[in-house]
Amino acid sequence: MPDQLLFAMEVTLNGLMAGVMYSLVALGFVLIFKASGIFNYAQGVLALFAALTLVGFQNGQIPFAHLINAIFGTNLHEFGWHLPAVVAIALTGAVMVLLAIIIEKFVLKHLVNQAPIILFMATIGMAYFLEGLGDIMWGADIKKLDVGLPQGISETVESVTDSLFGYGFFIDNLDIVATVVAALLVLSLTLFSQYTKYGRALRAVADDHQAALSVGISLRFIWVLVWSIAGVVALVAGIMWGSKSGVQFSLSLIALKALPVLMLGGFTSIPGAIVGGLIIGVGEKLFEFLVGPMIGGATENWFAYVLALLFLVFRPQGLFGEKIIERV
Amino acid sequence: MFYREAGDFKTSYVDDSQTFPIKFDRWRYYAVLAVAFGVVPFLINDYWANAVFVPFLIYAIAAIGLNILVGYCGQVSLGTGGFMAVGAYACYKLMTAFPEVSILIHVLLAGGITAGVGVLFGLPSLRIKGFYLAVATLAAQFFLVWLFNKVPWFYNYSASGQISAPERTILGHAVTGAATTAQAKYLFCLVLVVGLAWLARNLTRGTVGRKWMAIRDMDIAAEIIGVNPLTTKLSAFAISSFYIGVAGALFFSVYLGAVEVGEAFGIQKSFLILFMVIIGGLGSIFGSFAGAAFLVLLPVLLKNILVGQLDWPTDLAAHIELMIVGALIVIFLIAEPHGLAQLWRLAKEKLRLWPFPH
Repeated sequence: MPDQLLFAMEVTLNGLMAGVMYSLVALGFVLIFKASGIFNYAQGVLALFAALTLVGFQNGQIPFAHLINAIFGTNLHEFGWHLPAVVAIALTGAVMVLLAIIIEKFVLKHLVNQAPIILFMATIGMAYFLEGLGDIMWGADIKKLDVGLPQGISETVESVTDSLFGYGFFIDNLDIVATVVAALLVLSLTLFSQYTKYGRALRAVADDHQAALSVGISLRFIWVLVWSIAGVVALVAGIMWGSKSGVQFSLSLIALKALPVLMLGGFTSIPGAIVGGLIIGVGEKLFEFLVGPMIGGATENWFAYVLALLFLVFRPQGLFGEKIIERV
Repeated sequence: MFYREAGDFKTSYVDDSQTFPIKFDRWRYYAVLAVAFGVVPFLINDYWANAVFVPFLIYAIAAIGLNILVGYCGQVSLGTGGFMAVGAYACYKLMTAFPEVSILIHVLLAGGITAGVGVLFGLPSLRIKGFYLAVATLAAQFFLVWLFNKVPWFYNYSASGQISAPERTILGHAVTGAATTAQAKYLFCLVLVVGLAWLARNLTRGTVGRKWMAIRDMDIAAEIIGVNPLTTKLSAFAISSFYIGVAGALFFSVYLGAVEVGEAFGIQKSFLILFMVIIGGLGSIFGSFAGAAFLVLLPVLLKNILVGQLDWPTDLAAHIELMIVGALIVIFLIAEPHGLAQLWRLAKEKLRLWPFPH
């Protein structure tokens, strides 16, 4: 096979893997948008916050150490223990649930029945707040996240492709793990929403708030539930992205990567988030590979958006979104 | 008692259709203008001009522009930073290509060029609505910033990739460049702000503005009663982008002087201006000013208190500032989702009856 084609295949595979990572973030968006009609810009910051908290727990950092030191003149830094990854993940999950309860109690409850744009702006406000809070609690320096996931080039893939095509593909082990995790996540979310009592309640609320209220479903509980799930999804995304590129501020920008995925797949569709992620991942990697060098590179920043934009012009509700019906 | 329509008799059509038909409003407006032109220039110094007044005026223009699009026409846009960059780079190219033409004309032309780009990116709004449109405008944001970073023609092949404003004068006074006085900067921005705000106020009262609002309230219904969605939406995009382009041109040439596009016109700028519009009040020119003032003053105030008074380390203060700004935005949205303009409307209601409420 010609080299160019092999390279393109490798790029496509890597694009698929990157797409899975985007989908992980997009999933959290879709969950919240479906259940409460809120376009949650804070999803990326939630992932950052989760990752920061996880690293903090693992390394036994003292929360707010910098602030305490500045006020009282002390010199605190660490408790001096190291938690195993599983315990730290469980604790962080608990923190995310707590956060969901706090968000519901102090923000969402007061914003019932507001225009969608107001709710959207409120989530941007929350994003700012959480960003500042995360930095104050755990410090703003770049941290390394290691929960024992395999990293580096996958030698199996390389040797298999080498024997098939005479050229070994470079695939990161972490991306393979991310794919498996994303598949498991989607599977368990589907099972949860199809076969459990709360899953059915969730779907009822997504369908029609008022009808759900009238049959006795507690809207507030559902919101806490869905934000908790979104928090846990954010934790998973945070672990994956944090292991890949370190825990730092730029992690919160993955939200911006997830938005075109949402547009393409439709705001209300979980399969859409996955398929959209894959299309965007492959599309932007291939575009960068084939066209990028001709026009100066770094096209990944905008290509996804332009692709989604062109796509929407022909299908305004996205690939799998619900048909938009308008009445006067 | 103070704010009332009663007893304010109009005897000609000109009287009846003036910009501020109510006497109290009119005199308040004249008073503000008198202070802005007659008092502030004598008191202003470099710190006040650079930290408060000039950014406030420039952001006010941008906020009015975005308010036309979001507040009056109902098309949510997150591409403001990108459009400001278009204004800045257009102004830069014009300034360096035609040094003999007045800077005022360049700034307005830069607005015109931005209007053209805005129409181009506004075209999808005919098909895409709501949040899908908001996210789609991010395409403009990222694409434009990338474009100005990657195509050397836009920054005249300068080695740093930055653009910096050469010195230009109006009536013998420098308004751009290093030698500019605080007064010149302030007055130049102020003249543009007053002109543009007056224009916006009258546009939104007239046919154009009513068409925008009809589209905002329900586009299908508006179409049925004969409002053309194509021209209405595109005119909103054009005029909004014109304002934002002028703001971008001023932001670059008068306020900063030298600009690196990703830093000055990134996505944060889009959010900042959208916040100004929301906190000030959607669909209100006064609200645009109030929102701009609030968000320009707040960080200055917080910085002075946290770093100046409490003596905390600057990085800690920056994080706390972020938290406070975020929390304030949420609190504000909960307490008054219609923004500062709504508070002003309530105050006017009170003034109408005060001091005899029955």
